[in-house]
Amino acid sequence: MPVIAFRQALKDAMDEEMARDENVILMGEEVAQYNGAYKVSQGLLDKYGPERVIDTPITEEGFTGAGIGAALVGLRPIVEWMTLNFSAQAFDQVLNNAAKMRHMSGGQLKVPIVFRGPNGPAEYLSSQHSQSFQAFYAHIPGIKVVAPSTPYDAKGMLKSAIRDDNPVVFLETELMYASKGEVPEQEYLVALGKAHVKRAGEEVTLISFSNPMHMVLEAAQALEKEGYSAEVLDLRSLRPLDEQAVFESVRKTNRCVIIDNDWPMAGFASYLGWLVSKNCFDSLDAPVELVTMEDVPMPYNHAMELAVQPSVEKIMNAAKRAMYVL
Amino acid sequence: MAEQVLMLALSPTMEEGTIVSWHKKVGDSVAQSDIICEVETDKATMEYESVNEGTLLKILVPDGGKAKVGDPIAVMGESGEDISGLVEAAEKKAAAARAREPESEPAPKPAAEAKPSAGAEPAGAPAPVSKPQPTVPPTPTAGLKASPLARKMASEQGIDLRTVRGSGPGGRIVKRDMEKALRRAASYGPAAAVGVAGPALAGAAGAAYTPAAAGPTASGKDEPVPVSGKRKIIAKRLSESKYSAPHYYLRIDVDAGAMMAARARLNTRLPKEAGGKVSPNAFLIKFVAQTLKNYPSVNASWQGDTILHFGKIDIALAVAQEDGLITPVVRDCGSKGIVQIDRELKVLIDKALSNKLAPEEYNGATFTISSLGTSGILEFTAIINPPGSAILAVGRIHKAPFVEDDGSIGVRSQMMLTLSCDHRVIDGAVGAAFLSDLRAMIEYPIDHLY
Repeated sequence: MPVIAFRQALKDAMDEEMARDENVILMGEEVAQYNGAYKVSQGLLDKYGPERVIDTPITEEGFTGAGIGAALVGLRPIVEWMTLNFSAQAFDQVLNNAAKMRHMSGGQLKVPIVFRGPNGPAEYLSSQHSQSFQAFYAHIPGIKVVAPSTPYDAKGMLKSAIRDDNPVVFLETELMYASKGEVPEQEYLVALGKAHVKRAGEEVTLISFSNPMHMVLEAAQALEKEGYSAEVLDLRSLRPLDEQAVFESVRKTNRCVIIDNDWPMAGFASYLGWLVSKNCFDSLDAPVELVTMEDVPMPYNHAMELAVQPSVEKIMNAAKRAMYVL
Repeated sequence: MAEQVLMLALSPTMEEGTIVSWHKKVGDSVAQSDIICEVETDKATMEYESVNEGTLLKILVPDGGKAKVGDPIAVMGESGEDISGLVEAAEKKAAAARAREPESEPAPKPAAEAKPSAGAEPAGAPAPVSKPQPTVPPTPTAGLKASPLARKMASEQGIDLRTVRGSGPGGRIVKRDMEKALRRAASYGPAAAVGVAGPALAGAAGAAYTPAAAGPTASGKDEPVPVSGKRKIIAKRLSESKYSAPHYYLRIDVDAGAMMAARARLNTRLPKEAGGKVSPNAFLIKFVAQTLKNYPSVNASWQGDTILHFGKIDIALAVAQEDGLITPVVRDCGSKGIVQIDRELKVLIDKALSNKLAPEEYNGATFTISSLGTSGILEFTAIINPPGSAILAVGRIHKAPFVEDDGSIGVRSQMMLTLSCDHRVIDGAVGAAFLSDLRAMIEYPIDHLY
């Protein structure tokens, strides 16, 4: 099976869907002539032309709204946000138009659109460009939020997202674009809303998604070396959320650690922690542990930047607290 | 931090224990698994192993004192710790328990050293003000820290959380503590042996009883004798069995000649180091087990709504002890040979006579045999030993005249067997067929190899 980079998997997904359906278009800052700020749309302008691969002005509210309008009248736009930080400019369009039209039209309208781009911290980007948006978007009924961690899932889920008739926020991370993984040559889809057990274990469940998954798997391996068996669950999709997979795992291991590279207060991990506490109460041997970003704006200093984010050591310690061995 | 040492359930049915003797005294350091005291349970004298480590700071229940399961019996911690609060709480609890159960015997007075020393009080501390006691007794496990999973495990497995030491933060009882407690409970005996929990007792004895040498009482006057825990449970269980199970009795005479000849032959052939002569009881157990294979309804138990057919044949033999009797169980007799049954039986009887049987060694027999032959008894009836539904009373093997088929009179080794059956489970015809087959098994065992 070919091994390709995450960005290549995303490009292949868009390429295949644009070839399959002429209503699929790509729009955003620098997506066409520059081939994307992170080279995700490499070659798409040459292949599909300026009518389907569109460079937009630097105005997120404007092009996000234009994409939603296009979706309402029959196209299936992919809107690339250069980073999710800039999507704050477009938030009203997502919250009040994309998420509401189907509901407020009594189902007469549909908004088949994908908003995609890098989310969360990278490196040396300071407070305003290192933020995580999963909680903001997962908060909204009416949109789907997905966050794959491997090239395989990225390709299969982006194709599913493009074919979905609901608005989908597709979260990537800058640090994952170069990461590689096996992706089959033949076409496949990965359904939205299905978690994946990356590693089976017995004593504690580690739940995460997106880029922190790599760190979580490393922590699980390190725990195994110390004699502890951790199960690792990749949610892949935050909304819809595969609650059953979560509950099943926690009921098996009796302990739960949620890793979310986002602020803790009112965050996605907090909500998931409550769901687990409520639904697995009698199976829990310890309080649900969260490993999140610290409750501060991202520092610029690199050592501090790393210190406020989840780490392998923090994940291991949380798992050990849950197992009462720390 | 100082902690109370609680009375543990050392047998599945134990509700209360009597401290026979303390092995540690105040000031002794105690390591985990050290034996801190001996406790007389409802059935046996068990050693209380510490689940904790530290220094024994105070003994709350002295030698001879009683404590309900979950009640504090001592305080452990670091030497020099102020434990007046813990002691006061324990004493209040004891007082509350007495108030709730006026009919129960007064708790023994705490040992002399149990008085909180004045020096332990912080200087200048105000005198404790007695607070009004809540009128509703607190829920036993309220305020006790345990993970939800631990609580669920406790309720499912019937473990009293108060008897489990928590190893989590602030003494929280967590899964691993429950697993440890379950292992401990398993080593003391199955928590719910085949539906009917509780020590099993039969109506007859297998070892000799030595009568007292002197007259009725030394003083010549009436003397009340305290009822031991074991005697209480014998009284309770046998009354329950006799009152609830409609007993009927079947009697049959058996020619024991073939069995005794086989035994003599076996004993001459067994190497000396193999562990002594094989007892007739081992033969009987084997023959009964072999016959029971064809009678699942005799190897059964009345459960109220259902009749339980046991999956194994576990046969108990009633053994007389100095202060009662007990029924050690040979497990899975259907798949064991006579010699193996005999060896297991000898170990069990030795333990029974020295009071060392663990509950899983005397509980849950599916069938019981009681023999008074060595006391010269010709025949007798026995009380069924629950959860089983039948008990076989075996009389003395003796030479007796016998009318042969051709009318001539001969002499043979005869043995009278009396089967007591629970009519709720075993109808007369079934019991009779079983007993008749058992006789054939004993007289012509070779027939069963055809």
